[in-house]
Amino acid sequence: MSEQASITESKPPESKPWIDDTQQPFIRIRNITKKFGEFIAVNNVSLDIYRGELFCLLGGSGCGKSTLLRMLSGFETPTSGAIEIDGQDMAGLAPHARPTNMMFQSYALFPHMSVEKNIAYGLHRDGLKRKEVNQRVSEILTLVQLSDFAKRKPSQLSGGQRQRVALARALVKKPKVLLLDEPLAALDKKLREETQFELVNIQETLGVTFIVVTHDQEEAMTLSTRIGVMNAGEIVQIGEPREIYEYPGSRFVADFIGSVNVFEGQVTEEDTDFVIIRSPEIKADIFVSHGVSCTSNQKVAYAIRPEKIRMSLERPKGVKNLLSGTVEEIAYMGNLSVYQVKLATGKIVRVTQPNLVRTDQNSITWEDEVSLTWDGAAGVVLTS
Amino acid sequence: MKKRSLFIIIAGILGFIFLYAPIVSLVIFSFNESKLVTVWGGFSTKWYGELLQDPQILGAAWISLKIAFVSATLAIVIGTIAAFVLVRFKRFRTRTLLSGMITAPLVMPEVITGLSLLLLFVAMQGLIGWPAGRGMTTIIISHATFGAAYAAVVIQSRLVDMDLSIEESAADLGAKPVRVFFDITLPVIAPALVSGWLLAFTLSLDDLVIASFVSGPGSSTLPMVIFSKVRLGVTPEINALATIIILIVSVGVIAAALSMQKGKNNNVS
Repeated sequence: MSEQASITESKPPESKPWIDDTQQPFIRIRNITKKFGEFIAVNNVSLDIYRGELFCLLGGSGCGKSTLLRMLSGFETPTSGAIEIDGQDMAGLAPHARPTNMMFQSYALFPHMSVEKNIAYGLHRDGLKRKEVNQRVSEILTLVQLSDFAKRKPSQLSGGQRQRVALARALVKKPKVLLLDEPLAALDKKLREETQFELVNIQETLGVTFIVVTHDQEEAMTLSTRIGVMNAGEIVQIGEPREIYEYPGSRFVADFIGSVNVFEGQVTEEDTDFVIIRSPEIKADIFVSHGVSCTSNQKVAYAIRPEKIRMSLERPKGVKNLLSGTVEEIAYMGNLSVYQVKLATGKIVRVTQPNLVRTDQNSITWEDEVSLTWDGAAGVVLTS
Repeated sequence: MKKRSLFIIIAGILGFIFLYAPIVSLVIFSFNESKLVTVWGGFSTKWYGELLQDPQILGAAWISLKIAFVSATLAIVIGTIAAFVLVRFKRFRTRTLLSGMITAPLVMPEVITGLSLLLLFVAMQGLIGWPAGRGMTTIIISHATFGAAYAAVVIQSRLVDMDLSIEESAADLGAKPVRVFFDITLPVIAPALVSGWLLAFTLSLDDLVIASFVSGPGSSTLPMVIFSKVRLGVTPEINALATIIILIVSVGVIAAALSMQKGKNNNVS
């Protein structure tokens, strides 16, 4: 996952308007709440999104991410709060009058129209001249590499082609904001990975602001400039993919994004540049090599990713964080293997190791006694 | 292909004989030379010729076609509105009542439907003076009511299948609600409209009981004429007429089925 996150990392710092106080947000969402009867689908969400961003709303099903998107597109009216796009208040504007376009999860292509007519539909509604319509349609068809399929009906296309028609149809109107509802969910894994990069390329070429709703954390990591993690109608954390992964702000985020080992414990020593957490679960003290805003004796959780734990057959000497256990389960995934190590206390720790060599000789196997260690800065102390 | 068991083959053959033997014998005897219906006197198409010479039957056929055309068209309009209300407005007070009322004509005995319509028309004439007397108008109204029930059921099932986001995406691309309806909704449900229309058309063409109740002088439909003729004895001419009607009705039903099937295939979006 970390190598996929590198796309956004390669961006120069000046393309990160969210860390620049002088920048004005392009989309302002202020205290938006949406209730369906008694059920609160979106609860007091405030969010700033900047021009040219590819912002992902990430969350499980029923977390309110789609409702938020539908309020941006105008299909749902907020119970309270305001949405502003490029300085224009969206209150009371019907979907057809908004500067947004949406790509639907089902693609929602018009089944009785050809690819060409599907894409031209929005341009005709804007009252453009036939000549300009044709030119823009052929331009966008070239961009999504579907020029040869212009005359086909949607039912004669593959899933990936339909996805690109839906994208082209929404983009051809040059919206200020493109809203994408689970854009890749209907594609198979291989195609999804290719399309992710394509989507990022198209977004960078056109410079349109994208807001993507997804439940797939890998997709969010690959695509976005920033991710807003949602849970139960609220945004629990906003940040760049690396930030979200490496510095989760809560147990929910740590658990939702990637896999993680969580050790419950209590702070026994607390200083400006280190913290010691005693965890009965693993019957060991955890050394954290940086200061944490917590008090002595406070109950905390220590979260550490499986890939940040080193595993060895020999017991290393002179290290701070050291556990030992037996290998219970091994899952071979090709590029890496996942090990489940059972400690003496019965706690299971997940560890991943890259498969550096092709043979399985001399490698750690079932029932092996292993030692686990990690750096003082490898994990995160979670107080909530 | 797997070998089928003998039982299924025999059951199938018996079933088909049970269903179609009367129709087949009717069709065969319509080509009978002899005047006696039950005695085969050689092949001939003379009864078809004779049929075309009979002004009473031709007149009744023309009336029936006009009634079927107008009532089917009315039925589609009413049925579409009813289906829309039932599918799109998920919750309203009288929803169950409305859906029950719409399907009632499907299960109601025709005698009761006919009688109640007759009483209604008589009462209306007394109160507001319309419809004045019984005739084509009253038959059209009656046929439209039960045709609408069938049309509503067909269109409803199509609307339920339709992906709502297609309409939403048209709105999102800048189409106002009326445009969305004519550009998107109507073409998508068109196959159901066609098959609903054909269904209402053939039902109207077939109906004898309700038409007998609500018709007046000079508005005898084809089934009514046939029925009164049959009471004086079946002639081979009637066989010929029945054959033609069977042909028209089967074409209608098959066209309706094909139209619905085509719509299904097209809907893969």
